[in-house]
Amino acid sequence: MDLRYLRENSDEVWAKTLEHLSLSLTALAIALPLAIVLGILATRIRWLTAPVVTTVSILYTVPSFAFMAFLIPGFGIGRQPALIMLVTYAQLFLVRNVVAGLKSVDPAILEAARGLGMNELQLFWKVWLPLATPVIIAGIRTALLAIIAFATLTGYIRAGGLGEIMFAGIGRNYPSQVLAGVIAVAGLAIVTDLLLRLLEQFTPVARARRAS
Amino acid sequence: MTAQDKPSGGSQIRLEHLTKIYPNTTAPAVDGVSLTVEPGEFVVLLGPSGCGKTTLLKMVNRIYEPTSGQIWIDDTEIHALPASQLRRRIGYVIQQTGLFPHMRIEDNVATVPKLLKWDRRRIRDRVRDLLELVGLPPDEYARRYPPQLSGGQQQRVGLARALAGEPTTMLMDEPFGALDAITRTRLQDELKRIHRQISQTILFVTHDIDEAVRLADRIVVMREGHVVQFDTPLEIVTNPADAFVSDLVGAGDVLRRMGLITVASAASGATPFQETEVEEHISGSAFLREAIGRMVESGTDRLTVLDEDGRPISELTMDDIRRAVGDEAAGEAAEVDSIRSADG
Repeated sequence: MDLRYLRENSDEVWAKTLEHLSLSLTALAIALPLAIVLGILATRIRWLTAPVVTTVSILYTVPSFAFMAFLIPGFGIGRQPALIMLVTYAQLFLVRNVVAGLKSVDPAILEAARGLGMNELQLFWKVWLPLATPVIIAGIRTALLAIIAFATLTGYIRAGGLGEIMFAGIGRNYPSQVLAGVIAVAGLAIVTDLLLRLLEQFTPVARARRAS
Repeated sequence: MTAQDKPSGGSQIRLEHLTKIYPNTTAPAVDGVSLTVEPGEFVVLLGPSGCGKTTLLKMVNRIYEPTSGQIWIDDTEIHALPASQLRRRIGYVIQQTGLFPHMRIEDNVATVPKLLKWDRRRIRDRVRDLLELVGLPPDEYARRYPPQLSGGQQQRVGLARALAGEPTTMLMDEPFGALDAITRTRLQDELKRIHRQISQTILFVTHDIDEAVRLADRIVVMREGHVVQFDTPLEIVTNPADAFVSDLVGAGDVLRRMGLITVASAASGATPFQETEVEEHISGSAFLREAIGRMVESGTDRLTVLDEDGRPISELTMDDIRRAVGDEAAGEAAEVDSIRSADG
């Protein structure tokens, strides 16, 4: 393995890694509230479930390069169209798991919460969402990994991140530079995955499950 | 004796021409029901599945909304209040317990006091008192999570949680339906004890006639959305309104009947001798079947009836049993015998 580029340009690779992470987290920060709203609507209004889940699934099947090409006339290149694509792709994993998480909560528990006098907002924040979190966090983990992977491709439209190193390497036919990008992306994905798995352990549900 | 005689911490519940028709159905689930439950009364709604008893119960805390009619709790028509505010004044226990699995037992019990914004100290004291009341020592159980408890213990928590906001009305939807027979009986006794202590008005749904008889001051027998009979357990068992009620409670069978009438309700009310030579005694909450068994075993025809605290309250004689079981008893007993010999 030719690690020359990584050794000689570690500052650049590190900076691009942070840029990649920032792009990915920004995309997640936009995608998650959107997915929670869509997920709640799809859960509460029963006839919306199928259309919403189908729509986000279909959007995910749009090939990424075609998606970027489609965005360029309206949004040009750079961070903005990249975020649009990442947020769209993330919806599949997020919405699917928000819906599954909310639906996994025992209706008897929700009826009890209502029967005790919680209003819909209290019910949602104190009971429904906490009980759905394990499934939602699993969705966040998958979504963030997908975002990190796709954020490599948006290097092609100059959105920053490790994709730029890789595409430059490909353009120069310089495998060592491509490899540096690959290693950094893989490292980022692995660390992110571990951190989110750790986070899952701190949800109230996980704590209760550990106790029993 | 009905609950009207007791000092009461309960509300009066009045249903007026209450009807519920579910969308896309023709027959009403509840059809023009009017009845009044007195403050502190323990009323059991009894009937086969689909008779409307659960629908009726759940209209009282607005889980379901009536198609027409009114529900009054004391002087308030319940739809005049926001649903969440109404529900904080009504205890609610369901068969599946509905405990919040991600919250500790103490937080489950504190749900309604927190919604009512009690101060922290009052909530903590209330939670401890309630866990004591339902037989779960707080030092051992308060910090645990629901999945760590047995089914019976979970329903005790459900009961404590429902009582926490000091409700004057309790709604219970087959709360002991999922428990084994021994646990169920124990919890029934404890519910009875708690009710005597606090005297809230209780509406309790069951399809189990034994449970209804054990618990109820009065029983509402329902069928196809209508109230067929609303009376004391003894009246319902000895004077069923029609063939349906008679079948439901098994009133025709003498043995069944003796299994449904409690010693306390059959006892003549004669005060027992203080220095009694009668050695045999029986709990007032036992059924006549047990009393007969006791008499046969001991060769006596009178038993001293004890209350829950073991104090003698009255006396039960063979005549009392005969009277309670009814006039046709002799004839039907013969019939039972003939069926037996036919079987043998």
